[in-house]
Amino acid sequence: MDFSNFLYMKQEVSLMIVFIFLFLYDVFCSEKGKQRFQLVACTLFAIHTIFGFLPHILDAIFGIKYNLGIGILGCFSFPTGDAFGGMFISSDMTIFMKNILNIATLLVLLQTNNWLKADDTVHKRGEFFIITMVTLLGMYLMVSAGNFMMLFIGMETAALPLACLAAFDKYKEKSAEAGAKFILISALSSGVTLFGMSFLYGATGTMYFSDMTAQIMSNPMVIIGFIFFFAGLGFKLSLVPFHLWTADVYEGAPTSVTAYLSVVSKGAAAFALIFAIYKVFGNIGIVWHHIIWFLAVITITLGNLFAIRQKDIKRFFAFSSISQAGYILLGIIAGTAQGMTAMTYFVLVYVFSNLAAFGVISAVENKNGGDTRISAFNGLYKSNPKLSLVMMLAVFSLAGIPPLAGFFSKFWIFMAAFAQGQHVLVFIALLNTVISLYYYLLIIKAMFINESEEGAVQRFTTDGYNKTSLVLCVIGIFAIGILSCIYAYIGTLSFGVIR
Amino acid sequence: MNILSLFVLVPLLMMLFLFASKNMQQIRTVMVTGASALLVLAATLTIMFIQQRAISTDEMLFVDSIVWYAPLNIAYAVGVDGISVVMIVLSSIIVFTGVFSSWNMNMAKEYFLWYCLLSIGVFGFFISIDLFTMFLFYEVALIPMYLLIGLWGTGRKEYSAMKLTLMLMGGSAFLMIGIIGIYYFSGHATMNLLEIANNLHIPIEAQRWLFPATFLGFGVLGALFPFHTWSPDGHASAPTAVSMLHAGVLMKLGGYGCFRVAMYLMPEAAHELGWIFLILTGISVVYGALGAVVQTDLKYINAYSSVSHCGLVLFAILMMNQTAMTGAIMQMLSHGLMTALFFALIGLIYGRTHTRDIREMGGLMKIMPFAAMCYVIAGLASLGLPGLSGFVAEMTIFVGAFQHADLFHRILTIAACCSIVITAVYILRTVGKILYGPVQDQHHIGLPDAKWYEKVSTVGLIVAIAAIGMYPFGVSEIISNSLLPIIEKLTI
Repeated sequence: MDFSNFLYMKQEVSLMIVFIFLFLYDVFCSEKGKQRFQLVACTLFAIHTIFGFLPHILDAIFGIKYNLGIGILGCFSFPTGDAFGGMFISSDMTIFMKNILNIATLLVLLQTNNWLKADDTVHKRGEFFIITMVTLLGMYLMVSAGNFMMLFIGMETAALPLACLAAFDKYKEKSAEAGAKFILISALSSGVTLFGMSFLYGATGTMYFSDMTAQIMSNPMVIIGFIFFFAGLGFKLSLVPFHLWTADVYEGAPTSVTAYLSVVSKGAAAFALIFAIYKVFGNIGIVWHHIIWFLAVITITLGNLFAIRQKDIKRFFAFSSISQAGYILLGIIAGTAQGMTAMTYFVLVYVFSNLAAFGVISAVENKNGGDTRISAFNGLYKSNPKLSLVMMLAVFSLAGIPPLAGFFSKFWIFMAAFAQGQHVLVFIALLNTVISLYYYLLIIKAMFINESEEGAVQRFTTDGYNKTSLVLCVIGIFAIGILSCIYAYIGTLSFGVIR
Repeated sequence: MNILSLFVLVPLLMMLFLFASKNMQQIRTVMVTGASALLVLAATLTIMFIQQRAISTDEMLFVDSIVWYAPLNIAYAVGVDGISVVMIVLSSIIVFTGVFSSWNMNMAKEYFLWYCLLSIGVFGFFISIDLFTMFLFYEVALIPMYLLIGLWGTGRKEYSAMKLTLMLMGGSAFLMIGIIGIYYFSGHATMNLLEIANNLHIPIEAQRWLFPATFLGFGVLGALFPFHTWSPDGHASAPTAVSMLHAGVLMKLGGYGCFRVAMYLMPEAAHELGWIFLILTGISVVYGALGAVVQTDLKYINAYSSVSHCGLVLFAILMMNQTAMTGAIMQMLSHGLMTALFFALIGLIYGRTHTRDIREMGGLMKIMPFAAMCYVIAGLASLGLPGLSGFVAEMTIFVGAFQHADLFHRILTIAACCSIVITAVYILRTVGKILYGPVQDQHHIGLPDAKWYEKVSTVGLIVAIAAIGMYPFGVSEIISNSLLPIIEKLTI
C-alpha cells in the first residue's frame, strides 16, 4: 500500500489528530483539566481550521501553487489529485469547501459553551465534540468522494452520529423524538440512495465517477438510478418534498445541533450533490434540468409559505433553511463554473448569516429556560440591543438586503441561473425573496417594535465563546460581500473543476 | 477623491459619530453639522458642474470607475449629469430640513442612524452609473423605511410599514431581473449605464419584456397606478421627517430610475410599449387627485396628492420630448420641495393639535399664524400659482405634452390637465377648513406657534420653492442640456 496517498488527505488527517487528542484528553485528564475542555477543544479546532486555509493563504500571497515536497515541510503542502485509485479526490475546490465546513463547525462549537456547561450535560461535553468531529469527517469524505461507494460511506458516517447529536438532551422528550425521527429518515434516505446507486452500477458497470461519466446516457435505468440517488441527497438537503423531517428535528434538537444540521450538514450535502451532478451526470442535463427546476420552485415556495405560519423560532429557521436550499439549487441548475462559484459563495455566506441567528437564539434560550417561541423575542431590543442588532443583521443577510453579504450571494446565484437562460426560474425565486422578506421582517418586528412579554429575558451578557462566534459572524456578514476578492478567488477554484 | 463619493462618505461618517455620541446635544450637533456639510457639498457640486459643463462635452461629468467584481464586470462607477445634480441638491435640502423637523425624537440615536442610512442610499443611487451599485443603493434606501415607520410612526404603523416595504421590495424584484437581463442581453460585457447605452444594444425581443419589468420596478416607487397603494398608508403613518424624505426624495428615485434605466437603455421598447404605461400614469394623475378630494386626514390628502403629482412625472417622461421631460425633472424638484414642506407643516400641526382630521380643526390662522401662512404658501405652490415652483413644472409638462398632435396623446393630456382643477379643489378646501373659519376645538386656543427649528425647516423649503418659481431658467437649462443625449436616443 502506498502511504503517500494519505498526503492528499491532509485535512482529514489533521481532523483525526484533533479527534484523537480530544478523545484521550476527555478520558484521561483530571477534573480540573475538564473544566478547560471547551477552551482546549475550540483552540485545537481553530488551529485545524487555520491549517486548512494554508494553501489558500499562500496561494493568495505568493500567487503560485506551492509544493514543499516531502519531509517535515511536506506537512504543510496540499497536493491535489486522485488518491487511492480515484476513490478520493482532492482539489483546490474540495479543500476550500471543507474549509467552509470547518469555519461553520468552529462557529457552532463556540456557541455550545453555555449549553454544555449546564449541569445535565457537562459530564458528556467531551462526547459532543468527539461525535461532531466524526460527522465532520464523514462530510469531508462526501465532498471528496470520487466513487459512489465512498460517497455513501461519507453520508453514513455523517448521518448516524448526527442522530446522536439530535438526541443529545435525551431526557427531554422533544430531543429524543428528534433523534428518533432523524435516524429513521436517515436510514430511509440512505436506503433510497443506495438503491439508486445500484441501478447506476447496473447500467454502467462501475462506481467510479470518472469512469461512469462516459457511460451515462439517458436510458431508463440510468434515469431511475439518478432519481433515487438524487432523492436520497434531497433528504439530506431537505428539499421539498423530502423535507418533512426538517421542522420536527430542528425544533427538538438542541439549538447548537440545529445550527450544525442546518448549516454544516446541509452545506456538505449541497457540495456532494454539485460534484456528483457536474462530474457524473453532465451528459443527461436534459433530465435533471427539469427535475431540479421543478424542485427548486416548490422548495423555495413551500419553504417560504410554511415559514410564515411558524410560531417557534427554530421551526421558523427550519423552513427558512428549506427555502435557502432551494436557492442553492439555482446555482446547481446553472451547470457552469459560474454556477458553482455562486453556489459555493452562497453556502459561505449562508454559514455566517444563519449561524449568527442561531448564536443569538442559543444565547437567549439559555437565559429564559429554553423558550424558543418567536414571541419570547418580543422587545429584545430594549433589553439586549447588541444581540438584537446581530439578529437583525443575520435575518437581513438571509433576506438579501444590501450591503450585507446575503444580497451579493443571492445576486450572483440569480445571475448564474439567468446566464443559462433560466429566466422564469429566476423570476419565481425573486418573487419568493419578497415573501421571505415578509417573515424575516416579522422577527425584526418582534424584537424592535413589539412590547416584551412577562418573564422575557432581562439584560444579560453573553459568554465569551458565543460572543467570539457572533463577532466573527458579523464580520463575515459585512466583509464577504464588500471584499470582491473572495468571489473572484472561488471563481478561480471552480474553473479548475469544470471542464 | 472624487467629490461624488463624498456624498456617500459624509452620511457614513455621520453614522460613525452617531454611534459614539452620548446625549441629545451631541446627536444634534452631529446631524446638523453633517447635513450642513451635505448642503455645502451640493452647492459646491452645482458650481463645479456648471463650470465643467461649459468646457466639456461629455455626457456625464466627474466620472470615476473602480473595478469591484471583475469576473462580473461590476464596478463602483459614479458620474453625474445635470439631472442627477439637481436631484442631489434636492436630496440635500430635504435631508437638511428633515433634521430640523425631527428635532425632538425619542430614541433619537437609532432614529438618526436609520435616517443616515436612508440618505446614503438616496445619494448613492443618484451618483451611480453602474447598474449593480445603483440597485444596491436603491435597496439600501428602501429597507430603513420599515423600522422608521414601524418604530416611530403613528396610527396603523406596523401594517403600513409592512405594506410599504413589501410592495417596494416586490418592485425591486422586478427591477433585479430587469437589471440582470439588461446585463446579459447586452452581451454581458459591462454594467456601466453609459457604455450599455452608447456602445451596446439590447435586442428588441428582450427589450419587450425587460422594459416593462424595469419600468414597473421603478414605477412602484414612483406610485404608478395600480401599485400606488403603499403610498397613502405609508406616508400617513410615517414620522414627519420620514414622510418628507420619502415623498420628497425617495419617490423621485422611481421617476429618475424609470428615466435613467428603462427609457435610456431601451428606447425602442419605450416607443412600442410606452402607451400602456402612459395610460396608467394618466390614471394615476387623475385618480390621485380625486382620491385627495375625499380624504379627511391631512396626511392622506397629501399622500394622494403625491400620487397625482408623481404620476405627472412619469406621464411627462413618457411623452418623450425635451420640453415635457424637462418639465418632468422640474416637477420632481418642485414636488419634492413642496411635499416636504407640506409634511413638515402637517407634522408641526399634528404635534400640537394631536389630530390630523380636517373636520376637527379650524381657525388655525389665528392660533399659529406662521405655520398657517406657510401652509397657504405650500398649498399655492401645489396648485400651481405662478411665481412658485409648481407652476413652472406643470406648465412645461403640459406644453411638452401638447406637442404630440395625435388623438391618443391629446385626450390623455387633457385628462391630466383636469387634475390641476381638482388639485385646486382639495387644496382650497383644506386650507379653508383648517386655517380659516371658527376654531373647532377650544383646546386648540393658545397652542404655541412654530419653534425656531421648525422655522428653519419650513423657511428653507419655501426659499427653495420660490427660487425655482422666480428663476426657473437657471434650473431648466442645467436639466434640458443633459436631456439631449437621451432625447437623441429616443427619437431614432
